[in-house]
Amino acid sequence: MFGLNTKDTTLLLIVAMLTMFAPFILNPFPADSAMAQFNAGYPDLMQRFVIFGIFAIGFNILFGLTGYLSFGHAAFLGVGSYSAVWMMKLLTMNVIPAIALSVIVAGLFSVVIGYVSLRRSGIYFSILTLAFAQMSFNLAYSVLTPITNGETGLQISLSDPRILDGAGAARYPNLFGAEMNDATTLFLGGWSFTFSVGYYVCAVIMLLCFYLSVRIFRSPFGMMLRAVKSNQQRMNYTGLNTKPYTLAAFVISGMYAGLAGGLLAAMDPLAGAERMQWTASGEVVLMTILGGAGTLIGPVLGAGFIKYFENIFSKINDSVLHSWFSFMPDGIEDLMVTLVHPFVGKGWSLTLGIMFMLVVTFLPGGLVEGGQRIGRLLRRKPAKDDSASGKTEPAE
Amino acid sequence: MSKMNLTRRGVLQTGAVAGAGLALPTYLSAAAHSGFTNAPTGDTVTLGFNVPQTGPYADEGADELRAFELAVEHLNGGGDGGMLNTFSSKALEGNGIMGKKVQYVTGDTQTKSDAARASAKSMIEKDGAIMISGGSSSGVAVAVQGLCQEAGVIFMAGLTHSNDTTGKDKKANGFRHFFNAYMSAAALAPVLKNLYGDDRAAYHLTADYTWGWTQQESIQAATEAMGWSTINDVRTPLAATDFSSYIAPVLNSGADVLVLNHYGGNMVNSLTNAVQFGLRDKQVNGKNFEIVVPLYSELMAKGAGQNIKGIVGSQNWDWKLENQMGDRYAGTNAFVQSFGTKYGFPPSQAAQTCYAQTLLYADAVARAGSFNPCAVGEALAGFEFDGLGNGPTLYRADDHQCFKDVLVVRGAEDPSDEFNLVEIVEVTPAEQVTYDPEHPMFAGGALGECNPGA
Repeated sequence: MFGLNTKDTTLLLIVAMLTMFAPFILNPFPADSAMAQFNAGYPDLMQRFVIFGIFAIGFNILFGLTGYLSFGHAAFLGVGSYSAVWMMKLLTMNVIPAIALSVIVAGLFSVVIGYVSLRRSGIYFSILTLAFAQMSFNLAYSVLTPITNGETGLQISLSDPRILDGAGAARYPNLFGAEMNDATTLFLGGWSFTFSVGYYVCAVIMLLCFYLSVRIFRSPFGMMLRAVKSNQQRMNYTGLNTKPYTLAAFVISGMYAGLAGGLLAAMDPLAGAERMQWTASGEVVLMTILGGAGTLIGPVLGAGFIKYFENIFSKINDSVLHSWFSFMPDGIEDLMVTLVHPFVGKGWSLTLGIMFMLVVTFLPGGLVEGGQRIGRLLRRKPAKDDSASGKTEPAE
Repeated sequence: MSKMNLTRRGVLQTGAVAGAGLALPTYLSAAAHSGFTNAPTGDTVTLGFNVPQTGPYADEGADELRAFELAVEHLNGGGDGGMLNTFSSKALEGNGIMGKKVQYVTGDTQTKSDAARASAKSMIEKDGAIMISGGSSSGVAVAVQGLCQEAGVIFMAGLTHSNDTTGKDKKANGFRHFFNAYMSAAALAPVLKNLYGDDRAAYHLTADYTWGWTQQESIQAATEAMGWSTINDVRTPLAATDFSSYIAPVLNSGADVLVLNHYGGNMVNSLTNAVQFGLRDKQVNGKNFEIVVPLYSELMAKGAGQNIKGIVGSQNWDWKLENQMGDRYAGTNAFVQSFGTKYGFPPSQAAQTCYAQTLLYADAVARAGSFNPCAVGEALAGFEFDGLGNGPTLYRADDHQCFKDVLVVRGAEDPSDEFNLVEIVEVTPAEQVTYDPEHPMFAGGALGECNPGA
């Protein structure tokens, strides 16, 4: 179906099911139970899951296929956000022009950065992209403040012109009148499931992006990109010019990042310079490697994993810990809280770091490899690497 | 790309899926709009406390959180009641808010607008918070205030000193108890004139975001009005930790006053750098070189140690206020008493403003008889109160800014202990720092209409 083979169709359908039923899947615990702390099925986080999924899918087209490790992808995310917010300030609160412009601007931006950076490969390429991203960050932070509003971040306000919107138009980001933060909640017994417009808009776009990335992976173009990864020199010797291919991959992944940035702004009309900081660029690298670089579904899983830690673990404070261990005698309770404390709340990144270390050490193919191993154990088949996602290789 | 094989079935299937995808948002938007966002249904009500737990303002954030916990304890009838006993409004009975027990959730703003909004959103969407408070950075406060306006919950700003919070970025759902940069400048200028004369050349180092910009603007305007000149204004990144490269050019600039528009960890570092460079021992234009920090707190004084001695600045509140300035500031001692009993040291101004904001919110709900943000907003706007430690105070309806006395303080020359690092120079009465809502430094924004959400 859709020009895909059976295996890819199954994968696409699984991803479609997962995204469409995410409000159920991510809220497995009743709202009143102590475990509700671990529910992730609220609109903002679900939106982040799919938006950063898009970001990581795009990054994977560059890194997973060509092996070029860009350390500056956050620049495109930030540029996308700024263009989207400006669109909403000047034209209309409808998200379509905002998202369209964010993709276009990020595309143009990536042509420029890609053209220069791709003159080098390996570590030099990474450093060049990092330098460009850091330059963009500093420009946004302190030089171009009339456009970016610096550290404060660019926001919409009542006095913006919005020339396409009439007097009675929606005041918040919307898709032809359906406001992004509209939501409806379904109560089933002790459970509550929230369905929001914004999430489903993002989810549909994410599915389209995922489909496009499957098509790219399976196309002759994708094959060419893989060839670049395995031996670029040999390709050059056979008389092929690889630059157009790598540049195309760079621009495509830059546009994915711009789309993600535009969506972020469409869900929450604010663009801040910190979106372009090198930590944000590093985050998408972590997402891709954690999930499994070069695999189709890996980056999405990695994005979900990291965003889950950032938003759920960081909210566990000492009083929550005390309520968990309250069944223990006082001394032991305090001891347990002291022991767990460094790993939750503001220490969430420590936990994430440990998980990342473990995954990279024991599962070089990321979470996808973990899934494959479990699958093989269950089926009791001899190890044979024939997964839908192709051979998993550690990062270059 | 591989060849496209269009079949009738394929086209129909694709069309059906795409159609369903596009139709879904329309279906969802038909959701019933009733009442207001997060209307409390059970016997509890949830407040969201969003403070920086990491980054340059982490110390302030930690103290804010302590104050919030104390306020919740007092609202629920625990502890000794703190300022509930001195508060001029008696609508609160110590049985929670309107009989509902107060619960709270906390989040880390990381002093970044993006992270702060994510954290506030999760409180509103996941935990059902009906009010968001906190924030130790004006950039964050402005961002979160905008979010609360969109989401339809009340935002009770914590530590935010930028003019913009209740100036061009003011929102109908946002309220600020803390004072602002204009008030600091208005209170400081006469004192600076007395101390350092009216013929000074100032050099500004300014944190590069909304608070720094407006504070620099306010101080420059107030000092120039009394005859000072401004040599230069250099913007520094909020994330900076070393200011040596910014301090060095001050030495030969001809300036004889350095104004540090820095707060929290920024100020501790920049002041330390400035002192290390020997600025305070210098003579320029035949005058002693002076350093002014327009806004600082006990917490920062502690961080800066010896360097804070003799440095002039302004504060919203100080724990010694009632002892030194009398009964007008009733409530101060009650709060210091219960805070000290619980945590073992006196509260900072950040703690006091957050504690007061929580009480003011609860009281407004009780007086309005509803959690509806519009009703609460109406109860707060134009509200006059006393007994929360700042003396008689007005919550002005035009911009949702509190007007009250401002303290001018100085780093103690010979502090008796680590809690007395700051001494009160004088208290500037509220009338002297009051301004017109349409003052140029505040113009350009509009409250808009209150938004109760879905």
